[in-house]
Amino acid sequence: MDNVTLSRAIMGTSLGFHIVFAVLGVGMPLLMLAAEGIGLWRHDPVWLALARRWAKAFALIFAIGAVSGTALSFELGLLWPGFMAFSGSVIGLPFSAEGFAFFIEAIFLGLYLYGWDRLRPLAHWLCSIPIAVSGAASSLFVVMVNAWMNSPTGFQVAGNRIIRVDPLAAAFNPSTPTEDVHMLVSAYLVSGFTVAAVYAAGFLRGHGDALHRRALPLAMVMAVLASGLAGITGDTSARFVADDQPIKFASQEGLFPTTAGAPLHIGGVPLPNEHRTVFAIEIPHLLSWLLKGDPNATIRGLNDFPRDQWPNVLIVHFSFETMVGLGIALGLCGLLYWLLAWRRRGPPTDRWMLLALVVAGPASVVAMESGWFVTEFGRQPWIIYGVMRTSTAATTTPALGPTFAIFLVLYAALGLTLTRLLLLLAQRERRRAATASTRTRPS
Amino acid sequence: MTGLTLADAVAGILLLALTAYAVFAGADFGGGVWDLFASGPRRKAQRTAIAAALGPVWEANHVWLIFLLVGLFTAFPSVFATLSTALYLPFTIALLGIILRGAAFTFQAHGEEAVGELAPWGFVFGGASIIAPAFLGAALAAVASGSVRAAGGPDVTTGWVSWLALDLGLLAIALAAYLAATYLMVETEGDPPLQADFRRRAVGAAIVSGILALTGLVLTWRQAPLLWSALTGRGLWLLIIALANGPIAAFAVWRGSPRIARVSVAAQMVFVLWAWAVGQWPALVPPDFTIHGSAAPESTLGALVVTIAAGMVVVLPSLWLLFYVFKGRNPAPGLTDHRA
Repeated sequence: MDNVTLSRAIMGTSLGFHIVFAVLGVGMPLLMLAAEGIGLWRHDPVWLALARRWAKAFALIFAIGAVSGTALSFELGLLWPGFMAFSGSVIGLPFSAEGFAFFIEAIFLGLYLYGWDRLRPLAHWLCSIPIAVSGAASSLFVVMVNAWMNSPTGFQVAGNRIIRVDPLAAAFNPSTPTEDVHMLVSAYLVSGFTVAAVYAAGFLRGHGDALHRRALPLAMVMAVLASGLAGITGDTSARFVADDQPIKFASQEGLFPTTAGAPLHIGGVPLPNEHRTVFAIEIPHLLSWLLKGDPNATIRGLNDFPRDQWPNVLIVHFSFETMVGLGIALGLCGLLYWLLAWRRRGPPTDRWMLLALVVAGPASVVAMESGWFVTEFGRQPWIIYGVMRTSTAATTTPALGPTFAIFLVLYAALGLTLTRLLLLLAQRERRRAATASTRTRPS
Repeated sequence: MTGLTLADAVAGILLLALTAYAVFAGADFGGGVWDLFASGPRRKAQRTAIAAALGPVWEANHVWLIFLLVGLFTAFPSVFATLSTALYLPFTIALLGIILRGAAFTFQAHGEEAVGELAPWGFVFGGASIIAPAFLGAALAAVASGSVRAAGGPDVTTGWVSWLALDLGLLAIALAAYLAATYLMVETEGDPPLQADFRRRAVGAAIVSGILALTGLVLTWRQAPLLWSALTGRGLWLLIIALANGPIAAFAVWRGSPRIARVSVAAQMVFVLWAWAVGQWPALVPPDFTIHGSAAPESTLGALVVTIAAGMVVVLPSLWLLFYVFKGRNPAPGLTDHRA
């Protein structure tokens, strides 16, 4: 493999690994905040125990997120020196702000994790607020950088050097509002469904104690609200991309000829060499109607653009379909859960519903990763859309092959160990809870 | 102090961040070293004390590195790109060390109550804590000795494979261990035998780092004329302070005055780093990159300084709170000490 491909592979693997922990780092603190807050307010030890249990798991998750995030800040330079030399001064500002958000999150997490007995209950709970806020802020700041890569603004170029910079205009570039909000709600969506999956699995295995009966609905509140918002912001994003990056839009929709009254392709396989998408369910005029509100509106297809500016259409279309499909399914799953909960006046324990929730956890991760595939593959061949090609940004170092191999092994080892530890931790907590309840049972 | 610009101010802030990383995170790496070399009848107590000292603060300490990286590529993007290319290998290896250290520590600290001792990860924690400072030290040697050039090719061994780099790599480990042992003397004030263990370790580390530092000076004189002229030029007064402070710190350690030792050992780290930085000013990465020549446009620097000022208004009191709650006379409890 050449250096560009290897750099993309390493960066993609690192980002794909990190983002799982990053989104949990955004969403889980909010759940902890809610659980501990309700516990204090209602003097309910079960809610407090839940917050403590989540904190234990979160300590592990946050640490892996922190170290894998460090890998990314190094890799920006190690893999993409051309990109960083060109754009560091333009997009450094949101990165710096993210640095501070990370600082606050790490500091207050230290206080939160180790301060259960050192701080008064209210002070301890207050520590969860900066964690939740800075977690969300980190996501907003970092995604600003990616948004800038999609719609670069705020600088003037002379030759291949940047001469004038407006860092605020770069941070608040046209893509920022849609991309930022969509990613933030997706982080809550993934956190909600992932936590729900854990407790749904607990119910299925017969551990449905008081803790489970609190944890599952709380996670599902977050999940269902976030899926609604993800749908709305996803729609806004797609409309924005249609204007701002028409090539990406045409690729995600698998649309080759510029068409008046364009159909919506559901599924299907785009064949770039034959300039058509096959095996798709085609709904006539729907794409035009969805995008412009006019069933006969003209939508630009890929054929309007030079071939050397096309991304990998197959990957972009497939990822887009995966994201949208899973997103809709997750939303329905959340609605169904609450419908059943309302009918049963309590957390539904129907086997099929619980099974669906267990699947929904990993599915939400897949949906989120697919979304990033659309953004990143869809922007190719550019690293900075319309400004710098990915091929000119990569490093020239000869050591990339071994680096890739080592990082693959490393991430596998970290992922497996973390999973094993979380499972063992859950088992142990359960055993402890069981002995506690037999001890306190009246004789 | 005329002629100082915004770029100098940002370079100064980055030096402070590097110093903070060295003084705080350096000690966390040193903790890993002593975890690896825990020995004697109080072996387990040593490890527990190290874990308790690191637990609440290591992630916050680690953020100084992120701050440094981000600040560097915002304010001096071409320098960041050149360093990343020229020092690809030591940075990648240090990065692996940093990742493994953090992950292993967390697996141990939070996993122990679930599975007991976590066989390979304890060893990984110590090993990675040695690798990270060693390669960062070697990279620093390459920068300081003027081996990182603007037109450097993709040669992966440039500059950091030298006797000086070897010496500074070892010195980084020794100083980290020295810092950690001194800080741990304060943390274990309530347990005299354990404190004596760390005092012995601190004395050993003081001797080793003293020898390595003096060797480094000789090597610099013989092999790194650029760094030598920096240290004996503008940086001379800081070098002299460092040479004078070294024995004071070692004496405080030997006498068993942990609080004086903690301050003077940390100060030693500061003087060494500043002697280099002040000495080479106005170069950032000598000889090709000066602070002014490689700085980002003024608008970026201004926005960065404002962001940092605003950020520090929130971060510094928070850091103070963190250290107030868990440091000083309040050593942190182990995670397993308390129950719901």
